[in-house]
Amino acid sequence: MSRRLVARPGRWLVWGAVAFFLVNLAGLIGEVIVNSLGTRWFDTWLPEGLTFKWYSNAWDEFALSHVLIVTFEVALAVIAISLLVGVPAAYALARRQFPGKRAVMLLLLLPLVLPPLTYGIPFATVLYEIKVAGTLTGVILANLVPAIPFVILVMTPFVEQVDPNIESAARMCGASTRRLMTRVLVPLLIPGILAAGLLVLVRTVAMFELTFLTSGPDSQTLVVALYNAAFAAGIRADQSIDAMAVLYMLTTLLLLVVALRFVNPTQLVSRVREEPTQ
Amino acid sequence: MAATETLRVSAPTRRSRLAERGVDRTLLLLAPAVVLLLAMFAYPFLYGLQLSLRPQEVGGGLLGNYRAFFSDSFESGTILKTLKLAVPATAINVLASIPIAYYMRGTFRGKRLLTAILVVPVTLGTVLVAEGLLRYLGPRGWFNRTLLEIGILDEPLRLVHNYWGVLFSLVITGFPFAFLLILSYMSGIDPTLERAAATLGAGPWQRFRRIILPLLAPGLATTAVLCFVLAFAVFPSASLVGEPSGSTRVLSIAAYHAAFEDYDYSMGSAIAMIMGAVELAVIALLLGARSRLYKGPSTGGKG
Repeated sequence: MSRRLVARPGRWLVWGAVAFFLVNLAGLIGEVIVNSLGTRWFDTWLPEGLTFKWYSNAWDEFALSHVLIVTFEVALAVIAISLLVGVPAAYALARRQFPGKRAVMLLLLLPLVLPPLTYGIPFATVLYEIKVAGTLTGVILANLVPAIPFVILVMTPFVEQVDPNIESAARMCGASTRRLMTRVLVPLLIPGILAAGLLVLVRTVAMFELTFLTSGPDSQTLVVALYNAAFAAGIRADQSIDAMAVLYMLTTLLLLVVALRFVNPTQLVSRVREEPTQ
Repeated sequence: MAATETLRVSAPTRRSRLAERGVDRTLLLLAPAVVLLLAMFAYPFLYGLQLSLRPQEVGGGLLGNYRAFFSDSFESGTILKTLKLAVPATAINVLASIPIAYYMRGTFRGKRLLTAILVVPVTLGTVLVAEGLLRYLGPRGWFNRTLLEIGILDEPLRLVHNYWGVLFSLVITGFPFAFLLILSYMSGIDPTLERAAATLGAGPWQRFRRIILPLLAPGLATTAVLCFVLAFAVFPSASLVGEPSGSTRVLSIAAYHAAFEDYDYSMGSAIAMIMGAVELAVIALLLGARSRLYKGPSTGGKG
Protein backbone atom coordinates (compact mmCIF):
# COMPACT_ATOMS: atom_id res chain seq x y z
CA MET A 1 0.00 0.00 0.00
CA SER A 2 2.61 2.50 1.07
CA ARG A 3 4.61 1.78 -2.07
CA ARG A 4 1.71 2.87 -4.24
CA LEU A 5 1.36 6.13 -2.40
CA VAL A 6 5.02 6.91 -2.87
CA ALA A 7 4.82 6.14 -6.56
CA ARG A 8 1.80 8.38 -7.12
CA PRO A 9 3.26 11.92 -7.21
CA GLY A 10 6.01 10.95 -9.60
CA ARG A 11 3.55 9.30 -11.88
CA TRP A 12 1.23 12.32 -11.90
CA LEU A 13 4.13 14.63 -12.57
CA VAL A 14 5.26 12.56 -15.53
CA TRP A 15 1.81 12.27 -17.09
CA GLY A 16 1.29 15.97 -16.46
CA ALA A 17 4.47 16.74 -18.36
CA VAL A 18 3.36 14.52 -21.24
CA ALA A 19 -0.02 16.25 -21.31
CA PHE A 20 1.65 19.68 -21.27
CA PHE A 21 3.88 18.66 -24.17
CA LEU A 22 0.95 17.33 -26.17
CA VAL A 23 -1.25 20.38 -25.51
CA ASN A 24 1.49 22.68 -26.74
CA LEU A 25 2.14 20.46 -29.72
CA ALA A 26 -1.55 20.55 -30.59
CA GLY A 27 -1.53 24.33 -30.18
CA LEU A 28 1.47 24.65 -32.45
CA ILE A 29 -0.07 22.54 -35.19
CA GLY A 30 -3.53 23.95 -34.61
CA GLU A 31 -2.49 27.56 -34.92
CA VAL A 32 -0.86 26.91 -38.29
CA ILE A 33 -4.01 25.14 -39.52
CA VAL A 34 -6.35 27.85 -38.22
CA ASN A 35 -4.23 30.59 -39.71
CA SER A 36 -4.23 28.89 -43.10
CA LEU A 37 -8.04 28.75 -43.04
CA GLY A 38 -8.75 32.20 -41.63
CA THR A 39 -9.68 35.42 -43.37
CA ARG A 40 -8.41 38.22 -41.17
CA TRP A 41 -6.82 37.50 -37.83
CA PHE A 42 -5.62 40.25 -35.57
CA ASP A 43 -6.01 40.46 -31.85
CA THR A 44 -8.45 37.65 -31.19
CA TRP A 45 -8.46 33.96 -30.38
CA LEU A 46 -9.75 32.96 -33.78
CA PRO A 47 -9.84 34.60 -37.21
CA GLU A 48 -12.93 36.45 -38.35
CA GLY A 49 -14.03 34.01 -41.00
CA LEU A 50 -13.31 30.80 -42.77
CA THR A 51 -11.84 30.63 -46.24
CA PHE A 52 -9.99 28.23 -48.49
CA LYS A 53 -8.55 30.89 -50.75
CA TRP A 54 -5.06 30.66 -49.22
CA TYR A 55 -4.75 27.13 -50.46
CA SER A 56 -5.41 28.07 -54.07
CA ASN A 57 -3.19 31.11 -53.54
CA ALA A 58 -0.34 28.98 -52.23
CA TRP A 59 -0.89 26.42 -54.93
CA ASP A 60 -0.38 29.04 -57.66
CA GLU A 61 2.14 31.30 -55.98
CA PHE A 62 4.57 28.59 -54.95
CA ALA A 63 3.95 26.39 -58.02
CA LEU A 64 3.07 23.60 -55.63
CA SER A 65 2.03 21.10 -58.28
CA HIS A 66 5.54 21.30 -59.68
CA VAL A 67 7.09 21.16 -56.21
CA LEU A 68 5.04 18.09 -55.30
CA ILE A 69 5.99 16.33 -58.52
CA VAL A 70 9.67 17.08 -57.86
CA THR A 71 9.33 15.86 -54.27
CA PHE A 72 7.93 12.53 -55.33
CA GLU A 73 10.30 12.12 -58.25
CA VAL A 74 13.21 12.63 -55.87
CA ALA A 75 11.72 10.34 -53.22
CA LEU A 76 10.94 7.53 -55.65
CA ALA A 77 14.33 7.69 -57.33
CA VAL A 78 16.10 7.69 -53.97
CA ILE A 79 14.02 4.76 -52.70
CA ALA A 80 14.55 2.72 -55.86
CA ILE A 81 18.30 3.27 -56.08
CA SER A 82 19.02 2.96 -52.37
CA LEU A 83 17.07 -0.31 -52.14
CA LEU A 84 18.66 -1.70 -55.27
CA VAL A 85 22.13 -0.92 -53.98
CA GLY A 86 21.52 -1.30 -50.27
CA VAL A 87 19.71 -4.62 -50.00
CA PRO A 88 22.43 -6.71 -51.69
CA ALA A 89 25.06 -4.90 -49.66
CA ALA A 90 23.17 -5.62 -46.45
CA TYR A 91 23.04 -9.27 -47.45
CA ALA A 92 26.80 -9.43 -47.97
CA LEU A 93 27.46 -7.60 -44.69
CA ALA A 94 25.13 -9.83 -42.71
CA ARG A 95 26.47 -13.09 -44.10
CA ARG A 96 30.21 -12.60 -44.39
CA GLN A 97 33.06 -11.74 -42.09
CA PHE A 98 35.91 -10.40 -44.15
CA PRO A 99 39.05 -8.31 -43.74
CA GLY A 100 38.27 -4.62 -43.96
CA LYS A 101 34.72 -5.00 -42.70
CA ARG A 102 35.32 -2.37 -40.04
CA ALA A 103 36.43 0.11 -42.67
CA VAL A 104 33.26 -0.55 -44.64
CA MET A 105 31.17 -0.08 -41.50
CA LEU A 106 32.90 3.24 -40.87
CA LEU A 107 32.12 4.34 -44.42
CA LEU A 108 28.48 3.47 -43.72
CA LEU A 109 28.24 5.15 -40.34
CA LEU A 110 29.96 8.44 -41.05
CA PRO A 111 27.30 9.78 -43.46
CA LEU A 112 24.67 9.07 -40.81
CA VAL A 113 26.56 10.53 -37.88
CA LEU A 114 28.24 13.58 -39.38
CA PRO A 115 26.05 16.68 -39.64
CA PRO A 116 24.59 16.87 -43.17
CA LEU A 117 26.15 20.28 -43.69
CA THR A 118 29.64 18.95 -43.00
CA TYR A 119 29.63 16.83 -46.12
CA GLY A 120 26.81 18.71 -47.83
CA ILE A 121 28.92 21.82 -48.39
CA PRO A 122 31.87 20.00 -50.01
CA PHE A 123 29.37 17.84 -51.90
CA ALA A 124 27.55 20.86 -53.27
CA THR A 125 30.90 22.41 -54.20
CA VAL A 126 31.80 19.32 -56.23
CA LEU A 127 28.38 19.45 -57.88
CA TYR A 128 28.98 23.05 -58.88
CA GLU A 129 32.31 22.06 -60.41
CA ILE A 130 30.75 19.32 -62.54
CA LYS A 131 27.71 21.52 -63.28
CA VAL A 132 25.12 19.22 -61.74
CA ALA A 133 24.20 21.58 -58.92
CA GLY A 134 20.65 22.82 -59.02
CA THR A 135 19.37 19.92 -61.07
CA LEU A 136 17.12 17.07 -60.12
CA THR A 137 20.04 14.66 -60.53
CA GLY A 138 22.07 16.60 -58.01
CA VAL A 139 19.28 16.50 -55.45
CA ILE A 140 18.80 12.77 -55.94
CA LEU A 141 22.54 12.11 -55.61
CA ALA A 142 22.76 14.19 -52.44
CA ASN A 143 19.86 12.34 -50.84
CA LEU A 144 21.38 8.99 -51.73
CA VAL A 145 24.40 9.65 -49.51
CA PRO A 146 22.57 9.09 -46.20
CA ALA A 147 19.87 6.85 -47.74
CA ILE A 148 22.15 4.01 -48.87
CA PRO A 149 23.83 3.46 -45.46
CA PHE A 150 20.44 3.81 -43.82
CA VAL A 151 18.93 1.04 -45.96
CA ILE A 152 21.91 -1.19 -45.28
CA LEU A 153 21.74 -0.70 -41.52
CA VAL A 154 17.97 -1.24 -41.41
CA MET A 155 18.17 -4.31 -43.64
CA THR A 156 21.10 -6.12 -41.98
CA PRO A 157 19.11 -7.46 -38.99
CA PHE A 158 16.33 -8.56 -41.33
CA VAL A 159 18.83 -10.57 -43.37
CA GLU A 160 20.27 -12.05 -40.19
CA GLN A 161 16.82 -13.36 -39.31
CA VAL A 162 16.67 -15.44 -42.49
CA ASP A 163 18.00 -18.91 -41.74
CA PRO A 164 20.98 -19.70 -44.01
CA ASN A 165 19.75 -23.30 -44.10
CA ILE A 166 16.82 -22.15 -46.23
CA GLU A 167 19.30 -20.86 -48.80
CA SER A 168 21.27 -24.10 -48.67
CA ALA A 169 18.06 -26.07 -49.14
CA ALA A 170 17.15 -24.00 -52.19
CA ARG A 171 20.66 -24.63 -53.57
CA MET A 172 20.26 -28.35 -52.94
CA CYS A 173 17.02 -28.29 -54.90
CA GLY A 174 18.95 -26.81 -57.80
CA ALA A 175 18.10 -23.11 -57.61
CA SER A 176 20.48 -20.82 -59.43
CA THR A 177 21.73 -17.67 -57.70
CA ARG A 178 19.16 -15.56 -59.45
CA ARG A 179 16.30 -17.91 -58.60
CA LEU A 180 17.55 -18.03 -55.04
CA MET A 181 17.35 -14.24 -54.92
CA THR A 182 13.98 -13.79 -56.59
CA ARG A 183 12.17 -16.82 -55.19
CA VAL A 184 13.61 -17.23 -51.71
CA LEU A 185 15.46 -14.21 -50.36
CA VAL A 186 13.42 -11.30 -51.66
CA PRO A 187 10.05 -12.78 -50.58
CA LEU A 188 11.47 -13.45 -47.11
CA LEU A 189 12.93 -9.95 -46.92
CA ILE A 190 9.78 -8.12 -48.06
CA PRO A 191 8.89 -6.83 -44.56
CA GLY A 192 12.37 -5.39 -44.17
CA ILE A 193 12.42 -3.92 -47.67
CA LEU A 194 9.04 -2.33 -47.04
CA ALA A 195 10.19 -0.87 -43.74
CA ALA A 196 13.43 0.43 -45.22
CA GLY A 197 11.66 1.90 -48.23
CA LEU A 198 9.07 3.69 -46.11
CA LEU A 199 11.71 5.09 -43.78
CA VAL A 200 13.75 6.35 -46.70
CA LEU A 201 10.59 7.94 -48.07
CA VAL A 202 9.89 9.71 -44.76
CA ARG A 203 13.51 10.78 -44.42
CA THR A 204 13.81 12.02 -47.99
CA VAL A 205 10.61 14.05 -47.85
CA ALA A 206 11.81 15.60 -44.59
CA MET A 207 15.49 15.93 -45.58
CA PHE A 208 16.13 19.64 -45.54
CA GLU A 209 19.84 20.40 -45.44
CA LEU A 210 21.13 18.35 -48.35
CA THR A 211 18.26 19.22 -50.66
CA PHE A 212 18.55 22.87 -49.68
CA LEU A 213 22.25 22.94 -50.57
CA THR A 214 21.94 21.16 -53.89
CA SER A 215 18.58 22.24 -55.31
CA GLY A 216 17.93 25.04 -57.74
CA PRO A 217 14.71 26.94 -58.38
CA ASP A 218 13.29 24.06 -60.45
CA SER A 219 14.39 21.21 -58.23
CA GLN A 220 13.07 22.24 -54.82
CA THR A 221 11.28 19.68 -52.73
CA LEU A 222 8.31 20.67 -50.57
CA VAL A 223 10.31 21.17 -47.38
CA VAL A 224 12.83 23.44 -49.09
CA ALA A 225 10.07 25.45 -50.76
CA LEU A 226 8.46 25.82 -47.33
CA TYR A 227 11.72 27.00 -45.78
CA ASN A 228 12.33 29.50 -48.55
CA ALA A 229 8.81 30.86 -48.19
CA ALA A 230 9.10 31.08 -44.40
CA PHE A 231 12.55 32.65 -44.62
CA ALA A 232 11.32 35.33 -46.98
CA ALA A 233 8.25 35.94 -44.80
CA GLY A 234 6.70 39.30 -45.45
CA ILE A 235 6.89 39.02 -49.21
CA ARG A 236 3.93 36.65 -49.34
CA ALA A 237 0.87 36.49 -47.11
CA ASP A 238 1.74 34.32 -44.14
CA GLN A 239 -1.59 32.53 -44.52
CA SER A 240 -0.32 31.19 -47.86
CA ILE A 241 2.86 30.02 -46.21
CA ASP A 242 0.80 28.27 -43.55
CA ALA A 243 -1.38 26.72 -46.24
CA MET A 244 1.76 25.26 -47.73
CA ALA A 245 2.85 24.13 -44.25
CA VAL A 246 -0.48 22.34 -43.82
CA LEU A 247 -0.06 20.62 -47.17
CA TYR A 248 3.42 19.53 -46.10
CA MET A 249 2.02 18.32 -42.78
CA LEU A 250 -0.70 16.32 -44.54
CA THR A 251 1.91 14.71 -46.77
CA THR A 252 4.08 13.65 -43.85
CA LEU A 253 1.10 12.53 -41.76
CA LEU A 254 -0.13 10.40 -44.64
CA LEU A 255 3.31 8.83 -44.86
CA LEU A 256 3.35 8.29 -41.09
CA VAL A 257 -0.04 6.56 -41.12
CA VAL A 258 1.03 4.32 -43.98
CA ALA A 259 4.32 3.59 -42.24
CA LEU A 260 2.62 2.75 -38.94
CA ARG A 261 0.34 0.28 -40.68
CA PHE A 262 3.36 -1.72 -41.75
CA VAL A 263 5.94 -1.16 -39.06
CA ASN A 264 5.76 -0.94 -35.30
CA PRO A 265 7.82 2.10 -34.29
CA THR A 266 9.46 0.67 -31.19
CA GLN A 267 10.34 -2.54 -32.98
CA LEU A 268 11.79 -0.56 -35.79
CA VAL A 269 13.93 1.55 -33.56
CA SER A 270 15.24 -1.46 -31.71
CA ARG A 271 16.33 -2.77 -35.06
CA VAL A 272 18.24 0.30 -36.09
CA ARG A 273 19.47 1.16 -32.65
CA GLU A 274 22.77 -0.67 -32.95
CA GLU A 275 24.08 1.67 -35.59
CA PRO A 276 25.96 4.25 -33.55
CA THR A 277 27.85 2.06 -31.12
CA GLN A 278 29.64 -0.05 -33.66
CA MET B 1 34.87 -20.36 -39.85
CA ALA B 2 36.26 -23.21 -37.76
CA ALA B 3 34.20 -25.73 -39.67
CA THR B 4 35.67 -24.73 -43.02
CA GLU B 5 39.14 -25.05 -41.62
CA THR B 6 38.68 -28.69 -40.66
CA LEU B 7 37.16 -29.42 -44.04
CA ARG B 8 40.17 -28.06 -45.86
CA VAL B 9 41.63 -30.44 -48.39
CA SER B 10 45.29 -30.89 -49.17
CA ALA B 11 46.17 -28.10 -51.61
CA PRO B 12 43.92 -25.08 -51.23
CA THR B 13 43.64 -22.89 -54.26
CA ARG B 14 43.94 -19.17 -53.98
CA ARG B 15 40.22 -18.83 -54.33
CA SER B 16 39.41 -21.24 -51.55
CA ARG B 17 41.99 -19.64 -49.31
CA LEU B 18 40.29 -16.31 -49.85
CA ALA B 19 36.89 -17.89 -49.35
CA GLU B 20 38.08 -19.18 -46.03
CA ARG B 21 38.61 -15.62 -44.87
CA GLY B 22 35.17 -14.71 -46.11
CA VAL B 23 36.20 -13.19 -49.41
CA ASP B 24 34.11 -14.69 -52.18
CA ARG B 25 31.75 -13.61 -54.89
CA THR B 26 29.05 -12.67 -52.38
CA LEU B 27 31.15 -9.68 -51.49
CA LEU B 28 30.58 -8.33 -54.98
CA LEU B 29 27.10 -7.49 -53.77
CA LEU B 30 28.72 -4.93 -51.52
CA ALA B 31 30.61 -3.31 -54.37
CA PRO B 32 27.96 -0.92 -55.78
CA ALA B 33 27.21 0.54 -52.35
CA VAL B 34 30.87 0.96 -51.46
CA VAL B 35 31.74 2.49 -54.82
CA LEU B 36 28.83 4.92 -54.66
CA LEU B 37 29.67 5.99 -51.12
CA LEU B 38 33.34 6.40 -51.95
CA ALA B 39 32.43 8.56 -54.92
CA MET B 40 29.65 10.56 -53.30
CA PHE B 41 30.76 10.74 -49.67
CA ALA B 42 34.46 10.04 -49.27
CA TYR B 43 35.62 11.89 -52.39
CA PRO B 44 33.65 15.12 -51.78
CA PHE B 45 34.67 14.99 -48.13
CA LEU B 46 38.37 14.73 -48.95
CA TYR B 47 37.94 17.32 -51.69
CA GLY B 48 36.43 19.65 -49.11
CA LEU B 49 39.26 18.94 -46.71
CA GLN B 50 41.94 19.88 -49.23
CA LEU B 51 39.86 22.87 -50.37
CA SER B 52 39.76 24.08 -46.79
CA LEU B 53 43.56 23.97 -46.70
CA ARG B 54 43.84 26.30 -49.69
CA PRO B 55 42.43 29.62 -48.48
CA GLN B 56 41.03 32.02 -51.06
CA GLU B 57 42.81 34.88 -49.39
CA VAL B 58 46.35 35.00 -50.65
CA GLY B 59 49.11 34.46 -48.13
CA GLY B 60 46.99 32.67 -45.57
CA GLY B 61 49.14 29.57 -45.61
CA LEU B 62 47.92 26.03 -45.25
CA LEU B 63 45.94 26.64 -42.10
CA GLY B 64 44.90 30.17 -43.01
CA ASN B 65 41.17 29.46 -42.91
CA TYR B 66 41.38 27.73 -39.58
CA ARG B 67 43.51 30.49 -38.12
CA ALA B 68 41.07 33.09 -39.41
CA PHE B 69 38.16 31.18 -37.88
CA PHE B 70 39.68 30.84 -34.45
CA SER B 71 41.11 34.34 -34.25
CA ASP B 72 37.75 35.96 -35.06
CA SER B 73 35.61 35.68 -31.94
CA PHE B 74 32.41 36.23 -33.94
CA GLU B 75 33.24 33.12 -35.95
CA SER B 76 34.76 30.92 -33.26
CA GLY B 77 31.95 31.87 -30.88
CA THR B 78 29.62 29.83 -33.09
CA ILE B 79 31.10 26.63 -31.61
CA LEU B 80 30.00 27.64 -28.13
CA LYS B 81 26.61 28.83 -29.39
CA THR B 82 26.01 25.50 -31.10
CA LEU B 83 27.00 23.53 -28.01
CA LYS B 84 24.89 25.78 -25.79
CA LEU B 85 21.87 24.72 -27.83
CA ALA B 86 22.70 21.11 -28.58
CA VAL B 87 23.88 20.00 -25.15
CA PRO B 88 20.88 21.23 -23.10
CA ALA B 89 18.49 19.99 -25.79
CA THR B 90 20.08 16.54 -25.66
CA ALA B 91 20.02 16.49 -21.86
CA ILE B 92 16.37 17.56 -21.69
CA ASN B 93 15.27 15.04 -24.32
CA VAL B 94 17.09 12.11 -22.78
CA LEU B 95 16.32 12.88 -19.14
CA ALA B 96 12.63 13.57 -19.79
CA SER B 97 12.29 10.38 -21.78
CA ILE B 98 13.53 8.12 -18.98
CA PRO B 99 10.59 8.46 -16.55
CA ILE B 100 8.01 8.59 -19.35
CA ALA B 101 9.37 5.46 -20.97
CA TYR B 102 9.57 3.87 -17.50
CA TYR B 103 5.85 4.32 -16.94
CA MET B 104 5.04 3.26 -20.48
CA ARG B 105 7.13 0.11 -20.61
CA GLY B 106 4.25 -2.27 -19.84
CA THR B 107 1.36 -2.91 -22.17
CA PHE B 108 -1.81 -0.91 -21.73
CA ARG B 109 -4.76 0.20 -23.77
CA GLY B 110 -3.97 3.02 -26.15
CA LYS B 111 -0.21 2.58 -25.95
CA ARG B 112 0.10 2.31 -29.71
CA LEU B 113 -1.96 5.46 -30.20
CA LEU B 114 0.02 7.42 -27.61
CA THR B 115 3.28 6.28 -29.19
CA ALA B 116 2.01 7.33 -32.61
CA ILE B 117 1.02 10.78 -31.31
CA LEU B 118 4.42 11.22 -29.73
CA VAL B 119 6.07 10.31 -33.02
CA VAL B 120 4.24 13.01 -34.98
CA PRO B 121 6.83 15.78 -34.44
CA VAL B 122 9.55 13.54 -35.88
CA THR B 123 7.72 13.38 -39.18
CA LEU B 124 6.82 17.06 -39.13
CA GLY B 125 10.45 18.00 -39.41
CA THR B 126 12.30 21.05 -38.18
CA VAL B 127 11.06 23.49 -40.80
CA LEU B 128 7.40 22.96 -39.99
CA VAL B 129 7.98 23.02 -36.24
CA ALA B 130 9.89 26.28 -36.65
CA GLU B 131 7.05 27.78 -38.67
CA GLY B 132 4.52 26.61 -36.07
CA LEU B 133 6.55 27.99 -33.18
CA LEU B 134 6.70 31.41 -34.85
CA ARG B 135 2.91 31.49 -34.71
CA TYR B 136 2.21 29.68 -31.47
CA LEU B 137 4.85 31.29 -29.27
CA GLY B 138 4.74 34.65 -31.00
CA PRO B 139 3.60 37.75 -29.10
CA ARG B 140 0.02 37.28 -30.33
CA GLY B 141 0.09 33.50 -30.40
CA TRP B 142 -2.14 31.24 -28.37
CA PHE B 143 0.52 30.50 -25.78
CA ASN B 144 1.11 34.09 -24.73
CA ARG B 145 -2.59 34.86 -25.10
CA THR B 146 -3.50 32.09 -22.66
CA LEU B 147 -0.98 33.26 -20.08
CA LEU B 148 -2.17 36.87 -20.46
CA GLU B 149 -5.84 35.92 -20.09
CA ILE B 150 -5.17 33.85 -17.00
CA GLY B 151 -3.28 36.79 -15.62
CA ILE B 152 0.10 35.14 -15.11
CA LEU B 153 1.73 37.68 -17.38
CA ASP B 154 1.34 41.39 -17.88
CA GLU B 155 3.02 41.50 -21.23
CA PRO B 156 3.78 38.72 -23.72
CA LEU B 157 6.94 36.68 -23.20
CA ARG B 158 9.48 36.97 -25.93
CA LEU B 159 9.95 33.36 -26.96
CA VAL B 160 10.78 33.50 -30.64
CA HIS B 161 13.60 35.11 -32.59
CA ASN B 162 15.94 34.24 -29.77
CA TYR B 163 17.73 31.36 -28.05
CA TRP B 164 14.57 29.94 -26.45
CA GLY B 165 12.67 29.47 -29.68
CA VAL B 166 15.46 27.36 -31.10
CA LEU B 167 15.78 25.34 -27.89
CA PHE B 168 12.02 24.65 -27.92
CA SER B 169 12.16 23.53 -31.53
CA LEU B 170 15.03 21.18 -30.73
CA VAL B 171 13.11 19.70 -27.82
CA ILE B 172 9.92 19.28 -29.83
CA THR B 173 11.63 17.52 -32.71
CA GLY B 174 14.17 15.66 -30.60
CA PHE B 175 12.12 14.47 -27.66
CA PRO B 176 9.91 11.99 -29.57
CA PHE B 177 12.99 10.51 -31.11
CA ALA B 178 14.75 10.07 -27.76
CA PHE B 179 11.56 8.74 -26.23
CA LEU B 180 11.08 6.09 -28.93
CA LEU B 181 14.65 4.86 -28.61
CA ILE B 182 14.57 4.74 -24.81
CA LEU B 183 11.16 3.06 -24.82
CA SER B 184 12.50 0.32 -27.04
CA TYR B 185 15.56 -0.12 -24.82
CA MET B 186 13.34 -0.17 -21.76
CA SER B 187 11.07 -2.81 -23.33
CA GLY B 188 14.18 -4.89 -23.98
CA ILE B 189 14.85 -5.28 -20.24
CA ASP B 190 13.57 -8.57 -18.93
CA PRO B 191 10.67 -7.76 -16.53
CA THR B 192 11.43 -10.86 -14.43
CA LEU B 193 14.63 -9.19 -13.20
CA GLU B 194 12.63 -6.45 -11.63
CA ARG B 195 10.16 -8.90 -10.13
CA ALA B 196 13.04 -10.89 -8.68
CA ALA B 197 14.40 -7.73 -7.08
CA ALA B 198 10.96 -6.94 -5.68
CA THR B 199 10.77 -10.43 -4.18
CA LEU B 200 14.09 -9.80 -2.51
CA GLY B 201 12.65 -6.68 -0.93
CA ALA B 202 13.81 -3.86 -3.19
CA GLY B 203 11.58 -0.80 -3.23
CA PRO B 204 10.56 0.96 -6.45
CA TRP B 205 13.41 3.48 -6.31
CA GLN B 206 15.96 0.78 -5.53
CA ARG B 207 14.67 -1.34 -8.40
CA PHE B 208 14.94 1.60 -10.75
CA ARG B 209 18.36 2.61 -9.49
CA ARG B 210 19.91 -0.85 -9.21
CA ILE B 211 18.23 -2.84 -11.97
CA ILE B 212 16.74 -0.62 -14.67
CA LEU B 213 19.27 2.18 -14.80
CA PRO B 214 22.43 0.04 -15.13
CA LEU B 215 20.80 -2.07 -17.82
CA LEU B 216 19.63 1.07 -19.57
CA ALA B 217 23.02 2.84 -19.44
CA PRO B 218 24.38 1.70 -22.81
CA GLY B 219 21.07 2.54 -24.48
CA LEU B 220 21.11 5.96 -22.85
CA ALA B 221 24.56 6.65 -24.23
CA THR B 222 23.44 5.63 -27.72
CA THR B 223 20.32 7.76 -27.48
CA ALA B 224 22.31 10.72 -26.22
CA VAL B 225 24.70 10.39 -29.16
CA LEU B 226 21.89 10.25 -31.73
CA CYS B 227 20.00 13.12 -30.11
CA PHE B 228 23.13 15.18 -30.01
CA VAL B 229 23.76 14.49 -33.71
CA LEU B 230 20.26 15.73 -34.50
CA ALA B 231 20.47 18.80 -32.31
CA PHE B 232 23.98 19.69 -33.39
CA ALA B 233 22.98 19.94 -37.04
CA VAL B 234 20.37 22.59 -36.18
CA PHE B 235 19.98 24.82 -39.19
CA PRO B 236 16.43 25.65 -40.31
CA SER B 237 15.12 26.39 -36.82
CA ALA B 238 18.18 28.46 -35.90
CA SER B 239 17.61 30.71 -38.87
CA LEU B 240 13.80 30.79 -38.69
CA VAL B 241 12.88 30.95 -34.98
CA GLY B 242 16.30 32.02 -33.84
CA GLU B 243 18.38 35.10 -34.17
CA PRO B 244 20.61 33.98 -37.04
CA SER B 245 22.97 36.92 -36.79
CA GLY B 246 23.20 36.92 -33.00
CA SER B 247 22.62 34.47 -30.21
CA THR B 248 21.77 31.52 -32.46
CA ARG B 249 24.40 32.00 -35.13
CA VAL B 250 25.38 28.35 -34.97
CA LEU B 251 28.16 26.56 -36.84
CA SER B 252 25.88 25.42 -39.64
CA ILE B 253 24.75 28.98 -40.31
CA ALA B 254 28.34 30.23 -40.28
CA ALA B 255 29.39 27.48 -42.70
CA TYR B 256 26.44 28.10 -45.01
CA HIS B 257 27.01 31.82 -44.90
CA ALA B 258 30.68 31.52 -45.80
CA ALA B 259 30.12 29.07 -48.64
CA PHE B 260 26.95 30.31 -50.30
CA GLU B 261 26.64 33.96 -49.38
CA ASP B 262 30.30 35.00 -49.40
CA TYR B 263 31.07 32.39 -52.09
CA ASP B 264 34.19 31.41 -50.15
CA TYR B 265 33.89 27.66 -50.62
CA SER B 266 37.27 27.19 -49.04
CA MET B 267 36.24 28.89 -45.81
CA GLY B 268 32.84 27.18 -45.91
CA SER B 269 34.54 23.80 -46.17
CA ALA B 270 36.87 24.71 -43.31
CA ILE B 271 33.94 25.56 -41.04
CA ALA B 272 32.17 22.38 -42.16
CA MET B 273 35.26 20.37 -41.16
CA ILE B 274 35.44 22.13 -37.80
CA MET B 275 31.77 21.32 -37.32
CA GLY B 276 32.36 17.64 -38.00
CA ALA B 277 35.39 17.57 -35.71
CA VAL B 278 33.56 19.22 -32.79
CA GLU B 279 30.67 16.81 -33.18
CA LEU B 280 32.88 13.74 -33.25
CA ALA B 281 34.76 15.03 -30.20
CA VAL B 282 31.53 15.31 -28.20
CA ILE B 283 30.43 11.86 -29.34
CA ALA B 284 33.78 10.45 -28.24
CA LEU B 285 33.27 12.11 -24.84
CA LEU B 286 29.78 10.63 -24.49
CA LEU B 287 30.92 7.14 -25.44
CA GLY B 288 33.93 7.50 -23.16
CA ALA B 289 31.64 8.43 -20.28
CA ARG B 290 29.57 5.38 -21.05
CA SER B 291 32.51 3.01 -20.87
CA ARG B 292 33.60 4.58 -17.58
CA LEU B 293 30.17 4.28 -16.04
CA TYR B 294 29.30 0.90 -17.35
CA LYS B 295 31.39 -2.09 -18.27
CA GLY B 296 29.68 -5.09 -19.73
CA PRO B 297 27.65 -6.24 -22.67
CA SER B 298 25.04 -3.88 -24.03
CA THR B 299 21.47 -5.04 -23.54
CA GLY B 300 20.62 -7.62 -26.11
CA GLY B 301 22.95 -5.98 -28.60
CA LYS B 302 24.58 -8.16 -31.18
CA GLY B 303 27.91 -6.47 -30.76
